[in-house]
Amino acid sequence: MNEFRIPLGDWVDAGVDWVLENLEALFEFISMIFDASYSGIEWVLLTPPFYVIMLVLIAIGWAVRNWKFALGTAVGLVLIYGVDQWETSMESLALVLFAGLIAVLLSVPLGIWAAKSSRVSAVLKPVLDFLQTMPAFVYLLPAVALFGVGVVPGIVATILFAMAPGVRFTELGIRGVDKEVVEAGHAFGSSPWRILRQIQVPLAMPTIMAGINQVIMLSLSMVVIAGMVGAGGLGGEVVSALQRIDMGLGFEAGISVVILAIYLDRLSASLGKSRAKTATA
Amino acid sequence: MNETIVVKAEGLYKVFGRRPTDAIRKLRAGASRKDLGKSTTAAVIDASFEVRKGEIFVVMGLSGSGKSTLIRMLNGLLPATGGSVSIAGTPLTGISDKDLRKLRQEKVSMVFQHFALMPHRTVLNNAAYALEVQGVDKAEREERALKVLKLVGLDGWDQKYPSQLSGGMKQRVGLARALAAETDILLMDEAFSALDPLIRREMQEQLVTLQKELGKTIIFITHDLNEAMFLGDRIAMMHDGRIVQVGTPDEILTHPADHYVEQFVQDVDRTRVLTAGVVMDSTPDDVRSASVPGATSVREDAPLSEIFGLAADSDRPLAVVDGDDNVVGSLGQETLLSALSNSTSTGPLTVVEDEQEPDAQITDGEAAR
Repeated sequence: MNEFRIPLGDWVDAGVDWVLENLEALFEFISMIFDASYSGIEWVLLTPPFYVIMLVLIAIGWAVRNWKFALGTAVGLVLIYGVDQWETSMESLALVLFAGLIAVLLSVPLGIWAAKSSRVSAVLKPVLDFLQTMPAFVYLLPAVALFGVGVVPGIVATILFAMAPGVRFTELGIRGVDKEVVEAGHAFGSSPWRILRQIQVPLAMPTIMAGINQVIMLSLSMVVIAGMVGAGGLGGEVVSALQRIDMGLGFEAGISVVILAIYLDRLSASLGKSRAKTATA
Repeated sequence: MNETIVVKAEGLYKVFGRRPTDAIRKLRAGASRKDLGKSTTAAVIDASFEVRKGEIFVVMGLSGSGKSTLIRMLNGLLPATGGSVSIAGTPLTGISDKDLRKLRQEKVSMVFQHFALMPHRTVLNNAAYALEVQGVDKAEREERALKVLKLVGLDGWDQKYPSQLSGGMKQRVGLARALAAETDILLMDEAFSALDPLIRREMQEQLVTLQKELGKTIIFITHDLNEAMFLGDRIAMMHDGRIVQVGTPDEILTHPADHYVEQFVQDVDRTRVLTAGVVMDSTPDDVRSASVPGATSVREDAPLSEIFGLAADSDRPLAVVDGDDNVVGSLGQETLLSALSNSTSTGPLTVVEDEQEPDAQITDGEAAR
């Protein structure tokens, strides 16, 4: 049919096969760690009666923002409970928290490295473009191949998809720190590590926090897609609503995602702002 | 003079861009900045000078003359492409990162044009930063920082944040941070350029006072010749990456090394820089004629701006005396007026140097401002 055909897909297949054969132990190990960590967070969120967790989330909202936000949180969480999505929401929250945490732990150091070295930055840029724009479903295939069906491929796909803004914002933030202040650090004999810790990271913090906010939001958007590979949670509900054309269930699960998203977004955004305030005060 | 040399630069080069060593070879063979092509920039070319302990050494040049690059090579913020620098006897060439950090902690601190304070730290913690880096414990460094803050006139501001301070106050914090480090050498990179003129004057005067009190060696970068003349014990004039002249303010003013410097010094308020001792007539005849009893006398280090009134009131030449009240020359109204002339090649200043008839200067009177 078509004479000119680059067998890119075959190469990817072969690559994944090779990795499976040779690095199986590594992936089993990662799988085990992820599974255990996720289960741990899930256990914490689901073991106490629902109202305890609800009160804790409301209290955090109050502490970080104000009573209005706490009130809004209360209404939202009661709604989630009322449409019988509490358990699935907590599963999704656990997934977002864990995947988000790992994504931040990976992306912030990578961003710092990229800010320090233009070569690293040049290499990372296309990789990040790839990670961010590749249709999210595509991650699921190799993730399932490597980690099997369940919550772990969901977590892995989420981490890969959500990492990019963390790296980008961190690099932008560190590079944007006033050059003269960094120079002052050097001029008084500080080590690079001290300058990073005492000058660059604190001054870049508002930007880094904006990146972390984006990481969390992208993680949440990925949760539903992860439901397709059996990650459960709200994503699982959406998927089964799709299969059964259950409009009501779809909407109930969907609105729960929205409520979680707004909660996490406002919370992480104002964490960034309160940091920014002390930095410029 | 046998003062100790604390900073010594020999044949310093800084070239940015491609193939820096090639560029240096070309520059050594006499090429100018323009001959190097677009991808190579020679910021500093063959700079050599020595700074003596306890003096204010001003590096003066317009933007792009390489002065900021030059000062950054003195504490290794920029490594030299060629030539050598030594600070307090330690050469910076090939120094390890660790030794360089130690040198910066102990020997040389810096004040920046835009203050470079840490916005997330209080004034006190900014001022104590150098001590913190040196590993001084908290109680002691805060005590020392408070003392220095008091010295620069920021008593009671220690718990504020930099954003709550005016420009002049911010730079006082910058100065306090550098002074708290207790290094002998202070590099000041256009430290007062971002301040408004009144505050700038005040800071200049304070710096001179502090320098007398503390005996620091100060290397001060500026693009403002009046500032250079006011602060500098000696001035290095930079043009297109090269140091074209090093000398005292008087020398620069009266004997500009080239056309560029000459053009430059035209805008200087000469009455504040020139002193009686520099412009006076000092032939034995002049000394004798001025040594009459009752003649009004002025000190030889008095700036001309303080002498005009006296000269106008006196119908005889003023007697110029040295520190021990010995008459060393005379200063007539004509000499005084002609000293203000900008022309140096045919003007009265060379006449003074040549010790010719003072009467020959009268014709230049119209050049006086």
